[in-house]
Amino acid sequence: MSGNQAAAEAIRQINPDVIAAFPITPSTEIPQYVSAFKADGLIDTEFIAVESEHSAMSACIGASAAGVRAMTATSSAGMALMYEMLYVAASDRLPIVLAAVNRALTGPININADHSDSMGARDSGWIQLYCENAQEAYDNLIMANRIAEHPDVMLPIMICQDGFITSHGIENIVIEDDSEVRTFVGEYRPGKYLLNPSESLAVGPYSVSPYVIEMKRAVHEAMVKAKDIVRLVSEDFGRAFGREYGFMERYRMDDAEYAVLLMSSAAGTGKDAIDALRDKGVKAGLVKLRMFRPFPARELADVLKRLKAIAIMDRSDGFSATGGPLNAEVRAALYGEADVKATGYIYGLGGRDVRVEDFFAIFDDLSGLAAGRELPYCRYIGVRE
Amino acid sequence: MEDNERKGGAAIVARGYSMIEIRWHGRGGQGAKTAALLLADVGFSAGLYVQGFPEYGPERMGAPITAYNRLSKDKIRVHSNIYEPDMVVVVDETLLKTVDVAAGLKIGGKLLVNTGRAPADVLAGFGDIDAEIYVIDAVDIAVRAIGRPMPNSPLLSAVIRLSGIMGRDEAVHAMEEAFKEKFHSKPEIVEGNMTAVMEAWSSVLRINE
Repeated sequence: MSGNQAAAEAIRQINPDVIAAFPITPSTEIPQYVSAFKADGLIDTEFIAVESEHSAMSACIGASAAGVRAMTATSSAGMALMYEMLYVAASDRLPIVLAAVNRALTGPININADHSDSMGARDSGWIQLYCENAQEAYDNLIMANRIAEHPDVMLPIMICQDGFITSHGIENIVIEDDSEVRTFVGEYRPGKYLLNPSESLAVGPYSVSPYVIEMKRAVHEAMVKAKDIVRLVSEDFGRAFGREYGFMERYRMDDAEYAVLLMSSAAGTGKDAIDALRDKGVKAGLVKLRMFRPFPARELADVLKRLKAIAIMDRSDGFSATGGPLNAEVRAALYGEADVKATGYIYGLGGRDVRVEDFFAIFDDLSGLAAGRELPYCRYIGVRE
Repeated sequence: MEDNERKGGAAIVARGYSMIEIRWHGRGGQGAKTAALLLADVGFSAGLYVQGFPEYGPERMGAPITAYNRLSKDKIRVHSNIYEPDMVVVVDETLLKTVDVAAGLKIGGKLLVNTGRAPADVLAGFGDIDAEIYVIDAVDIAVRAIGRPMPNSPLLSAVIRLSGIMGRDEAVHAMEEAFKEKFHSKPEIVEGNMTAVMEAWSSVLRINE
């Protein structure tokens, strides 16, 4: 089953009240499968075929504010067209679920995987979880509603998987029993909602200066609490279905001296590289960050502090001239907490293949870095020179 | 499932592999991608861990495309393309002039060409290569069995046979199940495809020593 099929299966089992979506490669198949489920009577979701992604998110905002479960899917320029409404969804505290299939943002135009689309939404107030494979895309979607809808959170959430690499690749996957998934996800009982005649409410009006910063702080506080809820829901998921998820996956980190840190599909390739390096006696490890928003800074510092050197790998460039967002945020997490040498890499833009050999080169760099070699703050890897 | 898991995994191990990696070369619209995805389905039904994925570029009819399969007894984590395949499948022989289809092919690996040309003619194009070279005229089989020059079903059959992951009866059953699923909206074409896969199973031919 492909990652898109896996996401669609999760949506079928969740059976949300509303899906509003506009097609864009490589996430198109998700609403396509879902509309077939609807036509076949497998779900009773209201499927709203909108005319743009801006409208898709707007329709989700309307539905969620009215008091029902709303979901959508998108990629790349589609997500960029949603940006304005992504901020509205977070500010209005609407627990919308977005199945994101990461694709490069245009310039040059390209349909393949990188994280520039969802990284552009990193400051919007959405929770972001990243997936290595189809199984994780499925599992994280099953957990998404409970995280987003928790009364302490009430924030939208996007579940990100890599375009084509996992969205269109066929892999083995475990699909859980419908009724068990529905029991796990549970019914949505909104606290305050527009269609409640006994409690009138305004959602999303113009806010004057005396209110805006309080609303933003409320999002901040919800994001702080979201960490606990992600942990609790993930533990619950582990008990129900046997697959364990934390804020990050630590692969062969217990005695590691050098490690790479990255997200999504390339982490799988990295694990094969780690095994090969371990066979050669290199104390190599890998940290796969699952949760980018909220950012688990303290937990990351705790995991990384004993290393001699760390490579931070971004699948998007922030064009700060100092690398991508992971590089900046991981270094910030280490500041004052640990004296670990770090170097950043930009990799895999526009679907550039990431090979096991790329990781070997990175670990060569890391041993040099630990031995005192100067390395740039950040550089590109896998580039034709 | 557990029995199958042992069977499929054992078939791979017996052939000296822990994983079989296959690279397909075709042109957009010929079904190389579909064949790779179907092979993943069939491998799954043999209890294997599988991957099937195309390399997406500009999507247009006739452009060269590459698709990949991994079939393994263990969980597959790697998500990169395949650079040193155990088997290469050439869906469109006109690519032999422009693409180095044998690039990275493992020593003693298998190379399957869809062609109606004479073996000596095909061999001449490969020179001194340490690989088992096979041919099948999948277009001819498809035209006679399905009525259209769609070579992917007969090629799928030939690839499964060469991979050794399952015997004929099991493979035929698995392909039929995969076709029924894939073509659920047009069940009338399953029969022709099954005729094609059975003919292909017995007609794939090794042409070098």
